[in-house]
Amino acid sequence: MTTEKPHISVKNLNVHIDGNHILKNISIDIPDKKITSFIGPSGCGKTTLLKTFNRLLDRQGNVEITGQVLVDGEDLYSPETEVTHLRKKMGLLSQRPFPLPMNIYDNVAYGAKIHGQRNKKELDKIVEHYLRGVSLWDEVKDRLKEPATRLSIGQQQRLCLARGLAVEPEIILGDEPTSALDPISTQHIEELFLQLKDKYTLVLVTHILRQARRVSDYIAFIYMGEIIEFGTTEEVLLNPKEKLTKDYVKGYIS
Amino acid sequence: MKRKLEEQFFKALMILSTLSISAVLVMIIWTITSRGASSLTWDIVSKVPEGGFYIGKGGGILNAIIGSIYITIGATLLGLMVSIPVVLYINVYAKKNAWLATTTRLAADILFGIPSIVYGAFGFTIMIYFGLKTSLLAGTITVTLLVIPILVRSMDEVMRLVPDDIGNAVYSLGGTRWESAKILIRQCVPGIITAILLSFGRAIGDAACVLFTAGYTDSIPTSLDQPTATLPLAIFFQLSSPIEEVQNRAYAAALILTIIVLLISFTAKYFSKKLSKNKI
Amino acid sequence: MKNIRLTIDKITGNIFLIFTLLSTVTVLLIGVGLYYKSLPILQNSSLSSLLLSAEWKPFKSAFGFLSYIAGTLWVTAIAIIIALPVSLLTAIYLSEYAHAKVKRALLPPIDLLSGIPPVIYGVWGVLVIVPFVQEKLAVHFVEFSSGYSTLAGGIVLAIMIIPLIISILLEVFNTVPDGLREASLSVGATKWETIKYVLLKKSRPGIIAAVVLAISRAFGETIAVLMVCGNIPEIPHSIFDSCYPLPALIANNYGEMLSVPMYESALMLAAFILFIIIFLFNAISRIILYRLEKNNG
Repeated sequence: MTTEKPHISVKNLNVHIDGNHILKNISIDIPDKKITSFIGPSGCGKTTLLKTFNRLLDRQGNVEITGQVLVDGEDLYSPETEVTHLRKKMGLLSQRPFPLPMNIYDNVAYGAKIHGQRNKKELDKIVEHYLRGVSLWDEVKDRLKEPATRLSIGQQQRLCLARGLAVEPEIILGDEPTSALDPISTQHIEELFLQLKDKYTLVLVTHILRQARRVSDYIAFIYMGEIIEFGTTEEVLLNPKEKLTKDYVKGYIS
Repeated sequence: MKRKLEEQFFKALMILSTLSISAVLVMIIWTITSRGASSLTWDIVSKVPEGGFYIGKGGGILNAIIGSIYITIGATLLGLMVSIPVVLYINVYAKKNAWLATTTRLAADILFGIPSIVYGAFGFTIMIYFGLKTSLLAGTITVTLLVIPILVRSMDEVMRLVPDDIGNAVYSLGGTRWESAKILIRQCVPGIITAILLSFGRAIGDAACVLFTAGYTDSIPTSLDQPTATLPLAIFFQLSSPIEEVQNRAYAAALILTIIVLLISFTAKYFSKKLSKNKI
Repeated sequence: MKNIRLTIDKITGNIFLIFTLLSTVTVLLIGVGLYYKSLPILQNSSLSSLLLSAEWKPFKSAFGFLSYIAGTLWVTAIAIIIALPVSLLTAIYLSEYAHAKVKRALLPPIDLLSGIPPVIYGVWGVLVIVPFVQEKLAVHFVEFSSGYSTLAGGIVLAIMIIPLIISILLEVFNTVPDGLREASLSVGATKWETIKYVLLKKSRPGIIAAVVLAISRAFGETIAVLMVCGNIPEIPHSIFDSCYPLPALIANNYGEMLSVPMYESALMLAAFILFIIIFLFNAISRIILYRLEKNNG
């Protein structure tokens, strides 16, 4: 496994949805301030696992979750946990950008406002800071009051990233965050991830092996709801120990 | 904490609203049943008004029940004769998203929203224009107008859900549009039945349409140009009587109408469940 | 053999086309027919004198619609004020909070409410709402009310339009993608905040369309309101006063129509006014809803 300090620690996690056993006895430690990618074929549980981290899975009906998911030692699923507080710690970047139905400024400020920040000057600072952080500031600084839906898809995704960062999470979760984007926007987002690594822990789900190679420090190969292999990028992609992993990454190595 | 409180507050309001609405439904059915059940005699459904019915003597409202049934069935049949060609046209014959299809759907929606009193007034106009008297025929025609948009909308909704592939399969075998239409109908039978039931329910309960056009009479009509009584009007007229016996009969009639409509509703739901497994 | 099939195809196509054109044109036919019948009175008096005068004395050839228009407006306003919050709260609850089983259990009763014939609502209104208004409500506010009032009419109407509003709202909420809700939740917003700032905002055109449709339904409802509103042709001064909405005017007086010149024309004008307003409201609302559906695929 790894000698790094884990930020998220999953122990014996089992998830049943509609009676189907989706995640089987998952145990994994996500290292702090590194980028970990979940790879694997479609429908094998990667996104489900991601959604257990910010408890968005709760929203689906008929879900049974057993086991522990510890963040900095605290169990997310203990009854005392305050869900909205927890979700604030985890930023989510979805497959498709979902700009909120408001202007660009309000999108970024949304999280801060929700959590009580009303001072206009403070909000201005927050908006500018995080828009700069995702290299969007120069492109939008003159049209902050325009609806966010007018931006291009690549810009929208960066906006969603800024919005998520503005609540100062510790962990960023990315669910195939570049799958809807063109190559140039994808490159932007990947560069941002590499910069964000300094301050945040990132967990990404991706289909694209090359992306995993470019961006991740650690990779977990998930197949049929189980973690088949987990290690550094080099270990998993170039020197996989398990046969299943070998077969999956074969396409990459050729 | 304030955020949590606000949410709890509104959530409580929401539950209150939802429960109130259900409570109202229960109350309506309860009121009608409790007032009407005691006056519901076998006589009421099996006899026509005898002399002195309206001042409390014997008889029943069979005239109204039969009249309503005649009008409802007639209107639905006529309505189907018009609406099936229309839905087939917009779903099979017209090109996808043709201007005519969209306009027809908009027209159907607007006609759907027109209140029955306007149909009644218009029906009255037509009646005078063609020299008809208040009659079974005039009433049926007016209710037909009311019912056509309901049929068109409901059937259209169902037909639109059927994937194109089915039609394409017919065409690629060298079939004509008419043959594809027949397949479509077969596919949509439950939906068509639901539409018919929906239109039944609306037609049988509507008073404003037949107010001007069907007249009112104590006997069961034997030909199209005779006036006819209808259930909603029977209720309405008897309710305004000062005589308690007559008022009670109005409640009994209301109960009969309610039972009929509830039966139709349940049957319609049963068929529509057969259709849509994945909605909700 | 093939020729026959092709011929049938062509014939059916043409017949169906004719029916379709006829149906579409019916809307115009109704408008034209009613307008034509209203012409006599329009030629006799100016439109403004008809709409703004409250004097309705057919035997003196005075046809002032104002009290009836006022009656319709009062009753509709009360209905919307009651129905909108209730429908909104219920729809939000069913769409965002309720368990799937609860939703499945509650939708049929709400549907059922929309199927109950207006005359039954009228009977219930007379039995329950009118006494309620007279005995339990009016006593606190006015000296006397028979209970047959704009308030009674408004309450009954409200219950009649609530299922309509709820069903449209549910459809509209359904078009809002889940990812949008998740986006808000993942910055730590509560469900309610997500509803307030994201769901309702995104649904605003749909909500407006639903209200517009509901108003148009309320305008036209005849029998139920007629039975509880008192039918006194005066402009109401309070919700406990009786009123006389436009549809009730038409319904109550059709018998007299042919007795006095212009009477028929006046009633037809009332019907025409209703038709135009409802036509416009429906058209606008449907267009908004179509656009919504198109934008969300």
